[in-house]
Amino acid sequence: MLIKRAGDIPSSEITPKDLYLNRRKFLAGAVIAGAAAATGFGLRELASPTTIVQAGNKIDGIKKSTFSTTETITPYKDVTNYNNYYEFSTEKDEPASLAKNFRTRPWKVKIEGLVDKKQELDVDTIIKMATPEERIYRHRCVEGWSIVVPWVGFSLSELIKRVNPQSKAKFVEFTTLNDPSQMPGVRRPVLNWPYVEGLRMDEAMHPLTLLCFGMYGEELPNQNGAPLRIVVPWKYGFKSAKAIVRIRFVEKQPINSWNESAPNEYGFYSNVNPTVDHPRWSQAKERRLGEFLKRPTLMFNGYGDQVASLYSGMDLRKNF
Amino acid sequence: MLRWIKPVIFLACLIPLARLAWKGFHGMLGANPIEFITHSTGDWTLIFLLVTLSITPLRKLTHLYWLIGLRRMFGLYAFFYGILHLTTYAWLDKFFAVHEMLADIAKRKFITAGMTAFTLMIPLALTSTKGWIRRMGGKRWHALHRLIYVSAIAGVIHYIWLVKADLHKPLEYAAVLGVLMLYRLVAWAARAKLNSKDAAGVKVEALEI
Repeated sequence: MLIKRAGDIPSSEITPKDLYLNRRKFLAGAVIAGAAAATGFGLRELASPTTIVQAGNKIDGIKKSTFSTTETITPYKDVTNYNNYYEFSTEKDEPASLAKNFRTRPWKVKIEGLVDKKQELDVDTIIKMATPEERIYRHRCVEGWSIVVPWVGFSLSELIKRVNPQSKAKFVEFTTLNDPSQMPGVRRPVLNWPYVEGLRMDEAMHPLTLLCFGMYGEELPNQNGAPLRIVVPWKYGFKSAKAIVRIRFVEKQPINSWNESAPNEYGFYSNVNPTVDHPRWSQAKERRLGEFLKRPTLMFNGYGDQVASLYSGMDLRKNF
Repeated sequence: MLRWIKPVIFLACLIPLARLAWKGFHGMLGANPIEFITHSTGDWTLIFLLVTLSITPLRKLTHLYWLIGLRRMFGLYAFFYGILHLTTYAWLDKFFAVHEMLADIAKRKFITAGMTAFTLMIPLALTSTKGWIRRMGGKRWHALHRLIYVSAIAGVIHYIWLVKADLHKPLEYAAVLGVLMLYRLVAWAARAKLNSKDAAGVKVEALEI
């Protein structure tokens, strides 16, 4: 029987000394770089951006709306410095500065798909289609925080009526601008750009669904989705697409970006629902910005009286 | 060296906390202060864990052997920021609702990972004194304190599992941790090789990585 001695290492397996020392240098370099990086993380954490408050142009002739809540409006500086706008950054305090020079004019919106009047509309033409209204809405983020915002716009239905969708059109799909030269966030594949969202036709036609171009009586700040966005107050915030460049009418349910990214966590409907948890956190409560204690989240974000009938007979646990 | 540098570093390690207090006092914690505090204390827990794990490789590579005198302090700071992080969650997020927290630990795997990371730091902090090292004996003490590897790995996993889509920050922590663990793996393999050569009667120059 052959008993192999531990020392029988074939010469081919012995690392040459110079190579060994090179590896050693490489590892040493990596460790020192790693230790430096750990310290660097600390310095980065200490340096957080400062709050930016910029006033925009006033919008004239704004009408009040009966859809408005009387709840306390969240301060402007919070709504403009706490933005989930991944096209600019995944850090909520960064879009305010990164979107500062974002060009919102000229701006065209393509109307495509199953409509009689396919066309490219200038944003200023769209804005003049109807009287601007102030809609003070609750806005609930899927992450568990909420704000109250005085949006300015008019019902999306005003636009939809004017472009004559065909009877085959069952859904509306919204596409956000995807411009790497202006939007640093889209240079990294965090989501499958461009950002796409969608609504069922009856949701899109619902009077609460807002085509929005302003807030706090002024033009929409860039970090809040200028020049044109959607606001759907009974759904989680990510359904309210920003900086829209295309509205497409389609027969099949669109694949929205977050659903594509994590189908078990984000559905198509994404109605605010305290009884259906996000797989990683509870949706039963929310923190209204500016408040210390959490408040209970309301079904359909408190808009149940207006919208619950859209979903009658649907299993909202399955269609989350 | 150590005598003057240690108090300076001790105070420097309190800067993240002092800054939170100062910002909080001046209303500068942003729109969601509690989220800010949660993220900040979580970041600092991981940073101190990584710094603690850097000490051994650094002192061997740079021959600055006195660095060992800082390791316990960094480790205890990791535990300290970990306590602040956990307290923020338990108090400001859950308002001490024990049943909600237990449900979180059972249901949400990123909470499970975070709790694991924190819990494993407790015995390390408790046995961090000279008395405990003596009582346990160096060998057993060292074996116990290898739990910091598990704690750091669980901490980084906690971060990876909690982000929505953008993994780049947690992956940066993972990369640094990876390098620090790779060093240990290589050092361990080199030692094993050395031992086997010794056993074979091959005379080798003592190598230290």
